[in-house]
Amino acid sequence: MDNQENKKTGITGWIDKRLPVFTFINHNLRDYPTPKNLNYFWNFGSLAGITLVIMIVTGILLAMQYTANTDIAFDSVERIMRDVNNGWLLRYIHMNGASMFFIIVYIHIFRGLYYGSYKYPREILWMLGVVILLLMMATAFMGYVLPWGQMSFWGATVITNLFSAFPVIGDYIVTFLWGGFSVDNPTLSRFFVLHYLLPFAIVGVVALHLVALHQFGSNNPTGVDVKSSGDTIPFHPYYTVKDYFGLGVFLIVYAALVFFAPNFLGHPDNYIPANPLQTPAHIVPEWYFLPFYAILRAVPDKLTGVLLMFAAVLVLFLLPWLDKHKVRSATFRPFYKQFYWLFFINAIVLGWVGAMPAEGVYVLIARIASVYYFSFFLIIMPLLSRFEKVGELPSSISAAVLSKKFDKDINESYAK
Amino acid sequence: MKVMQSKLHITILLLTILFPLSVFSAGDKVDLMEQKWPFNGIFGRFDNTALQRGFKVYREVCAACHGIRHVSYRDLKDIGFSSDEIKSIAGEYEITDGPNDEGEMFQREALPSDKFVGPYENDNVARVANNGAYPPDLSLIVKARAGGADYLYSLLNGYKEYPEDYEASEGMYYNTFYPGNQIAMPSPIEDDIVEYDDGTEATHTQIAKDVTAFLAWTAEPELEERKSLGVKTLFFLVLITIMLLGVKRKIWKDLD
Repeated sequence: MDNQENKKTGITGWIDKRLPVFTFINHNLRDYPTPKNLNYFWNFGSLAGITLVIMIVTGILLAMQYTANTDIAFDSVERIMRDVNNGWLLRYIHMNGASMFFIIVYIHIFRGLYYGSYKYPREILWMLGVVILLLMMATAFMGYVLPWGQMSFWGATVITNLFSAFPVIGDYIVTFLWGGFSVDNPTLSRFFVLHYLLPFAIVGVVALHLVALHQFGSNNPTGVDVKSSGDTIPFHPYYTVKDYFGLGVFLIVYAALVFFAPNFLGHPDNYIPANPLQTPAHIVPEWYFLPFYAILRAVPDKLTGVLLMFAAVLVLFLLPWLDKHKVRSATFRPFYKQFYWLFFINAIVLGWVGAMPAEGVYVLIARIASVYYFSFFLIIMPLLSRFEKVGELPSSISAAVLSKKFDKDINESYAK
Repeated sequence: MKVMQSKLHITILLLTILFPLSVFSAGDKVDLMEQKWPFNGIFGRFDNTALQRGFKVYREVCAACHGIRHVSYRDLKDIGFSSDEIKSIAGEYEITDGPNDEGEMFQREALPSDKFVGPYENDNVARVANNGAYPPDLSLIVKARAGGADYLYSLLNGYKEYPEDYEASEGMYYNTFYPGNQIAMPSPIEDDIVEYDDGTEATHTQIAKDVTAFLAWTAEPELEERKSLGVKTLFFLVLITIMLLGVKRKIWKDLD
């Protein structure tokens, strides 16, 4: 592999000797040894990267037409929808792209959670991922404010007001965030600037995420380390083509949403221009925030609720030290697997209850689900690390693949 | 085991994608009067004759109180009006322009490139004229209400007498479909309130249907283009994805 660069001649060789971009591409996208047993859940990393690019490109084009001023923001978005060439397409791609981005990243996170991708030696890789999630949340929240509809305005009001829960400095923080004494033009203007800026910060952290990934390579469904070159295959053509196929499936779902149900995941109230004098009946955040919103509302005390909501994301940083079980993959951890699926269902319940009014039985459900959310990380994981017994692991990735094939052949011959 | 696992994976994927569905379908709403709109579905198209009838209803009835400020006169071309017709429609409206070279504001006839002129000079005038209630702009009304076109159609057909023992507020009307049931707008349409040029019988429901279709268009003028591009895009994507699956299988085959 090291000889590769010496072989290059001509212009690419000349450039590569001085700036090894071609060597870099070769190492990281072509020869890059990748476990041969990755399943389709390993597609979501590249999908997230592609979605980020789609969001940035459509976002830049939209920014050329959008005006961040409370008097005309709403109308400028409508002008994009009606008078800008293909403006409706750009906006719907961007708007639904946010939802697709979160779907993908959530699947990506749950993948890591199942296969123990956060464990030694990938702790920093995981933590960088959590940083990306936080940046995405901030970016998405501010992006939703820009069309200056009713939900934009009231969502911004509710969320920024959360900071007032902090004693003494709370009100100062809120005034500071707003740039005034209510959500108004200065708020919109800074949200636009930050919404434009943060995605590039995300690109930076994604680059670090990739550097950290390529240090040890991908985890894999068995969770067993790569032991020999027999365990891996070159990234190209095997995973490039698999990623292309995954991209195709992803784009089908994405396009179906953009072209046939573009407002399905949005809220109708956001097509009503923002009106500070009229509060909507229910203020609901975008769907991807609902589980955290549910945790916030599950707590009667505002400050505790706010802290727990943030803690729900921040606890992910501690994952590598909460789960110290030697075995990575849940496939070989009979107990962790059960708790994992319960956690998954619990997360969906939290999302559902987050969309319901905070009253009656919903509050109780939200509380139980919130307790399980934190118990999973803070109690179950450490206990399982200590006490969960596991059977024998496959000796290598190749051995696991072979035994799977062997099982399949046996089954088929029985079937005959 | 393997099959079971992959089935489980698919179920989870679907759940994750479909989960937001349930969030919005849940609710305690009245059943709307659902219609088979020609613009529904992936091949949906607007019926221009219905939209033109609806435009007539808008112009002769709704426009007395409601604007459609996001729509330009020239946009009427999309629903089958000719340039000359559009010019004469626009010419019926007056707008204030200026200042001219003398620094004076002046009145002029609207041009096809102008946005529809609304009935009121500003929001406060609108409120004063309507007993304090603000008649919302209708350009986006179909998109801005849960239930969309079905809701609007239901609302226009949903006026009833107050039920007995109902504590009615002064100057309000009872509507089955309006949230809270009390609406400031009296039933705007009745049989034969407009006379259709194409001989269609102007019944209450027909008028409601036509004007709803028109407002569905003002809310989503890009709908036809969007859906036809969508069908082409999906056709292409499905085709290329099947091909990619073939390529993937072929390339991975030599690993076995």
